Amino acid sequence: MASCHGVVGFEWFGGEFPADRVGQDMGLIALARLRARRRYLLARAFRRRRQLVPVADRTSTLPLQPILLFSTIRNERIRLPYFLSYYRRLGIDHFLIVDNGSDDGSREYLADQPDVSVWSATAGYRQSRFGMDWMMHLLRRHGHGRWCLTVDVDEFLVYPFCETRPLRALTDWLDSAETPSFAAMMLDMYPKGAMHEQPYREGQNPFEIAQYFDSGNYVISRNPLYRNLWIQGGPRARLFFTDRPHRAPAMNKTPLVRWDRSYAYVSSTHMLLPRRLNLVYDDQGGEKPSGVLLHAKFLDTFAAKAAEELARGQHYAESHEYRAYREGISRERDLWCNWSEKYVNWRQLEVLGLMSKGNWA
Amino acid sequence: MTLGVVMLCHTALERAAQLARHWAEHGCPVVLHVDARTPEAQVDRLHAALKDLPDIRFIPRLPCEWGTFGMVQATLDASTRMLADFPQVTHVLLASGSCLPIKPVRALQDHLAAHPTTDFIESVTTADVGWTIGGLNEERFTLRFPFNWKRQRRLFDGYVNLQRALGFRRELPQGLTPHLGSQWWCLTRPTLQAILTHPDRPRLDRYFRRVWIPDESYFQSLVRQVSTRIESRSLTLSKFDYQGRPYIFYDDHLHLLRQADAFVARKAWPQADLLYRTFLTPDGDRAFASEPSPGKINRLFAKAVERRVKGRPGLYMQSRFPNRARGGTLSAAPYGVFSGFSALFPDFQPWLSRALDARVHGHLFAFDRVQFAGDEPVFKGGLSDSPTLRDYNPRSFLANLIWNTRGETQCFQFGPEDEQAIAPTLAADPNASIFVITGAFAIPLWQSGRSAAEVRAEAARLQKVESDFVHLLNRPETKARTRLWSLAEFIENPTEPLEQLVDLLHPRAAHRVGALPQLVNLTGFGSFLQDLRNQGMAPVLMGDFPSDAELSQPSPPFARPRVVR
Repeated sequence: MASCHGVVGFEWFGGEFPADRVGQDMGLIALARLRARRRYLLARAFRRRRQLVPVADRTSTLPLQPILLFSTIRNERIRLPYFLSYYRRLGIDHFLIVDNGSDDGSREYLADQPDVSVWSATAGYRQSRFGMDWMMHLLRRHGHGRWCLTVDVDEFLVYPFCETRPLRALTDWLDSAETPSFAAMMLDMYPKGAMHEQPYREGQNPFEIAQYFDSGNYVISRNPLYRNLWIQGGPRARLFFTDRPHRAPAMNKTPLVRWDRSYAYVSSTHMLLPRRLNLVYDDQGGEKPSGVLLHAKFLDTFAAKAAEELARGQHYAESHEYRAYREGISRERDLWCNWSEKYVNWRQLEVLGLMSKGNWA
Repeated sequence: MTLGVVMLCHTALERAAQLARHWAEHGCPVVLHVDARTPEAQVDRLHAALKDLPDIRFIPRLPCEWGTFGMVQATLDASTRMLADFPQVTHVLLASGSCLPIKPVRALQDHLAAHPTTDFIESVTTADVGWTIGGLNEERFTLRFPFNWKRQRRLFDGYVNLQRALGFRRELPQGLTPHLGSQWWCLTRPTLQAILTHPDRPRLDRYFRRVWIPDESYFQSLVRQVSTRIESRSLTLSKFDYQGRPYIFYDDHLHLLRQADAFVARKAWPQADLLYRTFLTPDGDRAFASEPSPGKINRLFAKAVERRVKGRPGLYMQSRFPNRARGGTLSAAPYGVFSGFSALFPDFQPWLSRALDARVHGHLFAFDRVQFAGDEPVFKGGLSDSPTLRDYNPRSFLANLIWNTRGETQCFQFGPEDEQAIAPTLAADPNASIFVITGAFAIPLWQSGRSAAEVRAEAARLQKVESDFVHLLNRPETKARTRLWSLAEFIENPTEPLEQLVDLLHPRAAHRVGALPQLVNLTGFGSFLQDLRNQGMAPVLMGDFPSDAELSQPSPPFARPRVVR
């Protein structure tokens, strides 16, 4: 079991995997391997379905053709009110959330919301492929044939025209273009000065504090097997991973998918199977529409979170990321630099080339 | 005069009901056709919603699949019904369930009253049409299309190819000249009557059943036989993207639609509440549009197509990652790469920066650290000076640097002492201008004061690296602009190459460069090269470097500051 762990896909192209050889070995064997992997992921998710105990299941009240949001949380009570209101405003009809052992009232808060269904899971986060097994079970149960957004509680989707057009306008347009998946790269947002200097208040827009981002230091390579783009960079790579850049976190994500019960997320929401869903980019020179997930991780809540997660050891690659932050943060508490860009709106991100309207006008 | 509206609907029937009511309440009889594939319950609701209006008719439902004759049949049936049931109707407008009137109905009625005998229908001969999809123009009429383009794509394409291979051609009906145009028209009663009662109609209908996308050609072709006066433009604004899908209008298009010169816009997103609210108010409440400026809307959609097809050159991001053949080696703007200059001219970088009005970096690809201009630890866009980060993906590093600094020319030093992984990318980039003084790498070795015996190995290594680079630049595949001089060649007359490179990188330089940079004193370099030879190495890239005796001839011409032109 351990050898088939979810992060395997990552190690391939991060490590010394001979990318060129894979490119030539695109025959039936590779296809069969991908198919087997997808089946395995689906089976895993199915086996772990009993780990999910419903706390408040309101999925029977869903409207026709709802847009759904899926998320796994743990002790995020302070973030929840803004998170829910942000996505309600975009037009999410229903939230399906797995609570992984919160003890700060998150579960009770969510259970009280009329448009939220909550499941509780006490099993290990790590053993459930960092929550993805639970997500995939819920996606399979409730997401089939519907537009599904899978995000973390600190990720905020920005897409072209998001100020004037609801998410439904985007999904309708994607439907008419027969496009089943939509890319939104993660963009790490950070404050100027140390993170603890500006405490986050419940209900506050986190980007009032974390206003800055790195606009142009993202490195891209293509994964020939899964055909997705692998993007790394931003302040984390710039500060915490200078000596081992291949371990810097992946920023490419495909969070919005018109789900089908045969689909599988391979590694977080970075890659999908079947692999045609990963073709969210144009390789002929044009631009397809894409968005950005503003990542509100670097707030005053981060230090406590890092310490807790490190102690639990439940995160990706043996919490390597968190350990790197702890070392990096004690060394350099300020992510801000002279060239940090201050966030204005989606049009600014478009001009900077971080996202695109494509041919949606 | 009275305008009648034929409306073809398939989804968002609440909006269709709203539109039909709007037309009817402004004195336009409406005949509705609903696609047979629409669920019965929705159609019942539509009937109920329009029950109170006397001048609304429904006709039996047919399946209207895209690109098939069903759409034409429905139009024919509805038009027949319109002319039969409403004798007062003088003009008929064909609209869809999402065609939003963007001018007051009165304005349209006035326009038609002013042109009582004109048929407004876009109708262009096949040879003149540039917008068809799938490369099918004339072949729409000469091949058969029994398969569905959306559902049976392979069969569709295969059958087209088979007919082409066999040289199959359908015969056109007598007297028919194929014309194409927008599906949405507005015809006069006599013209429409003449088409409906065309003596040849059964044969024509049979023919058009196997034409591809007949709704864009049936009326457009027949109208040429019966009409006395055609104005070949549609009163309906309808824009298509590069794949032939109609653009959709949202609330944020309101100001553009107000400036459009068409009367109806297709198609409005069903949930664009603001659009429907604004344009479906009673006419009296709405001022007539001020100055139409349809160019804006055209530009908006033309730009969208360009972005989707061509994209922004030199941008590499999550939804644009061109392969090699499609610009995958191209950066965003021209930049200069200089090899050997800073060894020969100690103050080369400040000089170049003044001469070109550019950002001049040091050795960006140095092993120990990225030497950004001004020795910054982080550069524009958040690029780090860490060599590990840079070497992790040097192509992305360079592409990012050039993209981040759009509007400002970038230059950097590059030599055999640097990390060479970027070299093939530089050579393949049409935006790179690479200037190389070969053999200049030996100058710092000579200046280090170490003996020839000590630096011999290093000199040989650098020479090997540089000759590989030169070899790379001289390949026919190279797309970068390159200029190479040997050290000996260069110091014979340094002015000309310097002038050349300024011209090349900054052609519109308003001000001329003042003094040339100061050349290092090369006295003794000749004997250093001889010492290297004596140690068994062959320094070849420097060219025929003059011996010290020749160099010390009275004041060589380049030592004196000169003005470039």
